Amino acid sequence: MAALSTRQSFGEEVAKLGEKNHNIVVMDSDLGKSTMTGAFAKKFPDRYFEMGIAEHNMIGTAAGLAMGGKIPFATSFSCFLISRYETIRMSVCYSLTNVKLVGTHSGIGVGEDGYSQMGLEDIAMLRSLPNITILQPADDIETRKAVRWAAETDGAVYLRLTRQKVADVHGENYDFKIGKGDVLRKPANAKAAVIATGGVVYNSLKAAEELEKEGIAVTVVNIHTIKPLDAELVLSLAKETGRIIVIEDHSEFGGLGSAVSEVISDSGIATKLLRHGVKEYGYSGTPEDLYDRFGFSTPKIKDVIKTFLKK
Amino acid sequence: MQQISKEMKASQSAAMSLHTEEVKRLKAIAKELRIWTIKMLAEAGSGHPGGSLSAIDIITTLYFHTLRHRPQEPNWPLRDRFILSKGHGVPALYAALAKSGYFPIEELMTLRKTGSRMQGHPVAGTVPGVEASTGSLGQGITIAQGLAMASKMDGNPYRVFSLIGDGETQEGQVWETAMSAPKFGLDNLTVFLDYNKGQIDGTTKEVMDLEPLADKWAAFNWDVQEIDGHDIEQILRAIDRTASTLGKPHMIIAHTVKGKGVSFMENNMGWHGKTPNKEEAEQAIRELERIVI
Repeated sequence: MAALSTRQSFGEEVAKLGEKNHNIVVMDSDLGKSTMTGAFAKKFPDRYFEMGIAEHNMIGTAAGLAMGGKIPFATSFSCFLISRYETIRMSVCYSLTNVKLVGTHSGIGVGEDGYSQMGLEDIAMLRSLPNITILQPADDIETRKAVRWAAETDGAVYLRLTRQKVADVHGENYDFKIGKGDVLRKPANAKAAVIATGGVVYNSLKAAEELEKEGIAVTVVNIHTIKPLDAELVLSLAKETGRIIVIEDHSEFGGLGSAVSEVISDSGIATKLLRHGVKEYGYSGTPEDLYDRFGFSTPKIKDVIKTFLKK
Repeated sequence: MQQISKEMKASQSAAMSLHTEEVKRLKAIAKELRIWTIKMLAEAGSGHPGGSLSAIDIITTLYFHTLRHRPQEPNWPLRDRFILSKGHGVPALYAALAKSGYFPIEELMTLRKTGSRMQGHPVAGTVPGVEASTGSLGQGITIAQGLAMASKMDGNPYRVFSLIGDGETQEGQVWETAMSAPKFGLDNLTVFLDYNKGQIDGTTKEVMDLEPLADKWAAFNWDVQEIDGHDIEQILRAIDRTASTLGKPHMIIAHTVKGKGVSFMENNMGWHGKTPNKEEAEQAIRELERIVI
């Protein structure tokens, strides 16, 4: 199957879901060409709302639409969407509205546009809210299942998607379980566990496969549900090897790595944890170059794992 | 020249006296809600008298005349919606909901008490009749917009009303909604602006002048009316008039007095967020009880 960006997978899936589910509504803030809402907009113009460059307005309106029985998917780049936190806090979460926030262009994978367009702090912002589900799918099939789950389940959801294409990690028969970590490989003699999420999962898996050939065995787990986190799985990984690396195209401060760190610290299980995320501002470059410079390419992830295991 | 028939004259004057009776009825309720507002705030020891009292006549007219709603069935899907965007005015809303029968009136005296569902600002899913969590200004009007859009999508079974504050109108999100509501032709949306000219740090003129306010809303393509927000007849007439403008959302700028009804609170910014002590409450209630309908 040709690789798709997860934003593309979202666009296709929501248009498909809209056929049977007449309550689904899609909203844009002038980034429809980027958030891939065009298919839905064309099929269901009466259920599509262009809100213009006013994200607080879009989010609050989504809350009102949800109160009126609709299932709104409110879209923009993650940085522009989630930074409108106050409206998410009060009108979405604290008002208990069934709003689905869809943030594309997450991480340094955005590339040439540079930092201002990159979502790097969005997970950190939302993790502090008690009643929001945060999902970051790793590939096409996982995205489709996540979008379907979001449409069919009551409650605020944030879907974090890529601009760049991502290779498939899962097969057609993938069993997506909300809130449960997805174990991709688990060698018996694993020296460490690599927990990855979203756009970096494929490279993390590739890195582990190549390291196996060099005699280095690591477990690889894909976390698609960042909140609520599968603490049970995280703790079992900690107990098994006492060494965990968390890889994410997001700030190291407050992302999945921090969530994992919290769970492990609470437990008292002695674990060496490396949060391998973004420590500084992103900048312009090709997505491939940036992935390499920020340590998310397959060779760089291998280096990170080897260095970590030496410590 | 056609003579107005005796029958028509009789029915006209019957309509007028029904109308006069209705206005008197609403005034009496407003008086009662003001008394409850003072009582609940005095008991709570904290809260917002100024902005609650300025909103009472609007809220009374909505809950006891205009809104189609069912106190015994708070989630009736076809109910008209009211979103209190200026969430700190919640004592006025709680009083109206209690008097309507959404919950026992005695519960008003649990305002702001630990663990009480009568929280200091409205919280969705707590008190029956409260639609949205507000208190962070500038957001309720946007929620109202979304509800109005949902209603339009479903054949327009219900109207949506919202009340914003004047200080609140300084929030940018209010103007984002002001810009978009006309795009969606939301003539089923009516927003009252409680123009009591005061906020916390001073009058609106001192803090951040809103003038020319009516011009701004008209420039944003809303159907704009200005009324005395304490004249129930004017409130009724303004709501009626919204029906004659199609395709545009409605803004009713209500000139009000912060602390209306209590002489020592009127136009006094100090009473925005300070509650009366026992003696002050007693004096306030005496004044309110003396109001002649």
